[in-house]
Amino acid sequence: MTARIFAYIVHKAGVVDDTAAELFAAAKKIDAAASPTAIVVGTSAEVDAVCTSVAATFPEVWKIASDSLAYPNAELIRQALAKIIPQGSIVLVPHNHFGIDLGPGLSIKLNAAFVSDVVGIDGIDGSYLKAVRQEFGGAVSAHVRCNIASGAVVNVRPGAFKPADAAPVAGTVVDKSAEIGTLTAKRRYLTTIVPEAADVDITKEAVLVSVGRGIGEKDNLSIAEELAEALGAVVSCSRPVVDAKWLPKSRQVGSSGQTVKPKVYLACGISGSFQHLAGLKGNPFIVAINKNPKAPIFQVADVGIVTDMLEFMPELAEKVREAKKVTA
Amino acid sequence: MEILVCARRVPDTSENEIQLNSAGNDIERDDLVYSINEPDNYAVEEALQIVARSGGSVTVATVGTDEDEEILRREMAMGANASVLLSDDAFNGCDGKGIATVLRGFVQKNKFDLVLTGVQAEDAGAQVGGMLAAMLDYPFASLVNSIEVLDGNKLKISREIEGGNREMSEIDLPCVLSIQTGINEPRYVGMRGIRQVASVEIPTYGAADLGLDPKTVGEAGANLKRDDYFVPALGKGAEILEGSNEEIADKLIELMKATGGLQ
Repeated sequence: MTARIFAYIVHKAGVVDDTAAELFAAAKKIDAAASPTAIVVGTSAEVDAVCTSVAATFPEVWKIASDSLAYPNAELIRQALAKIIPQGSIVLVPHNHFGIDLGPGLSIKLNAAFVSDVVGIDGIDGSYLKAVRQEFGGAVSAHVRCNIASGAVVNVRPGAFKPADAAPVAGTVVDKSAEIGTLTAKRRYLTTIVPEAADVDITKEAVLVSVGRGIGEKDNLSIAEELAEALGAVVSCSRPVVDAKWLPKSRQVGSSGQTVKPKVYLACGISGSFQHLAGLKGNPFIVAINKNPKAPIFQVADVGIVTDMLEFMPELAEKVREAKKVTA
Repeated sequence: MEILVCARRVPDTSENEIQLNSAGNDIERDDLVYSINEPDNYAVEEALQIVARSGGSVTVATVGTDEDEEILRREMAMGANASVLLSDDAFNGCDGKGIATVLRGFVQKNKFDLVLTGVQAEDAGAQVGGMLAAMLDYPFASLVNSIEVLDGNKLKISREIEGGNREMSEIDLPCVLSIQTGINEPRYVGMRGIRQVASVEIPTYGAADLGLDPKTVGEAGANLKRDDYFVPALGKGAEILEGSNEEIADKLIELMKATGGLQ
C-alpha cells in the first residue's frame, strides 16, 4: 500500500474541528502504517496557529495561506487542492456541509474515485478500499469497495471514527501557499445569516417532546403539544416536520438545526438519522416511540415503545397529569 | 431561463420499511413502493417557481429504465415542460460518477442555464451534482435552500449550514445546484394531472446518442461497487417496554422521574 493519505482540516475562528483527529483515526484504519498529511487552508493571520495545533497529531502538515481564502469557499479550495495533491492519493474530507460541497467535484478534478459518507473502513484489498456506508437513513448498512488505483476522495461521516489516545507528535509544517496559483471564483461568498430569535428556545429545555415524520399531519401536533404541556416540556422536531412547514426551523433538532441537551428526550415517530442525532448532546434519557420496531432510533434509545404514537401520547399525557395531582 | 432537473426514482422510505432480504445480500425489493427521490421533487418545484417568475422552461431527466418513466410523467404533471429518459444497457450498474457522466453527455448536447439535482438520494451519497459541475467546469453549490435570480447571469443563493445558519453567495450561470428539502412547498399532483400526461412520448437517449464511450459508464466504468447490505449489531439497543399503553405509560413515568427529568 503506497497511496499517500491526506486529511482536510476544518477549523473555525482558530479552533480545530473534532473531525481532524477523526480523519487521522480513519487514515490509520486504511493503513495502520500510514503517515497521513494534514492540509490546512486559511488566511495568513490564522493558519499558523491551526497548523501548530494540527502538527501535534499529524506527522506532516501542508499549509495553504491565502487571503482569498478568508471564508472556506469550497469552489476556491477545490481549485487549490487540485493543483497540489499528487495523482493517486487518498484524500479524506469530513462529510459535513463543507465536505459535501468540496468532495465530489474534487474527485473529478483529481481523476480519482469517490466514496461518500463513510462510517467504517475495513482496510485495503488489492487495489480496493473496503468501506462501510449507511443507506436509507441508517435502516441498512452496505459493504462497498472502491477502486483506488487512481486515488480516491473519501468523505468521512463526522463522529464515526474515534480518535485514539496518542502522545502528541512534533509534525513538520510545509508551506504550499506558493503552489496554488491564482484562484478564480464563479461563486462568491457574501454573508452568513443567523436565524431570528425563536418564540421557544429548545436548547434550554430539560424535557423535549420531539416529533418526526410519524406525526402524519399538522393537526396532530396538538397531541404532542398536549403531552408537552403535561410534562412541562416543549415540542421539538426532526427535519421532515420543518420541511412540511408544520413547525419553524428553530424547533428542529439536528446538525442543520439546533443542538439540544435535555435530561429527557421523547423521540416520537422519529427514525433517528445521524443528522438528527448529531443535534442531541449531553447524554439524555432517550425514549423512542415508533411503530416500526426496526427504526434506527431504537439502537440509541434507552427505552423503546413500539406503538402508534398518536394513540400513546394522549394516554401518557393523562397519566402524567394524574401522577402530578397525586404528588401535589 | 432554461433549467434541467436531474431526478431519480428510489424506494420510498415513508412508504416502506427498508429491510434485508432473506439471503442478506440486498434489501427486500418485493412489494417496495418507489417514488421520486424527495429532494429531487423539491428541485423540480423550485425550477417551476423560477420559470414562473423569470420565464424559460423546465426539463426533467433521469438515468434509468422504462420503469423510471413514471417519475418523469409525475413531474410533467407537476408542470415540467419536457422530460427525457437516459437509458442504455451500458448504463446498468452506474456509480455516482457514471450517472454524472451520462448527465454531462445530455447537458453538452443541449443548452441549459441552470442544472438542479436533489441534495442526495436515500441509497446514495450527495455526489452527482458536484461531480457533474466539475466535469462541465460549472460552479457548484450544495444544500441550497433559496434561489433568487439576479440581473446579469447570476443567482443569489443560500446554503444550509450548521445551526440553522444560511450561507449567502452569488453564483455565475451556468451552474449546478443541489437542492435541500424544505426550500419550498412542492405542489400536489393529482391523478387527473397524471392522466393528462399519460400518453406523452418521452424521448430516450442511449450511450451513442450522447456520444459516450460505454466503457466510461455502467458497471465497466464504476469505481465504487456494493458487495452486500447488512444490519450491524449495535450496542444493546433500547429496553423495549411491553404491555398495554396504560401499563407502559406508568412504567415510563417512573423511569422519567428516576432521571430527574420529570418532577
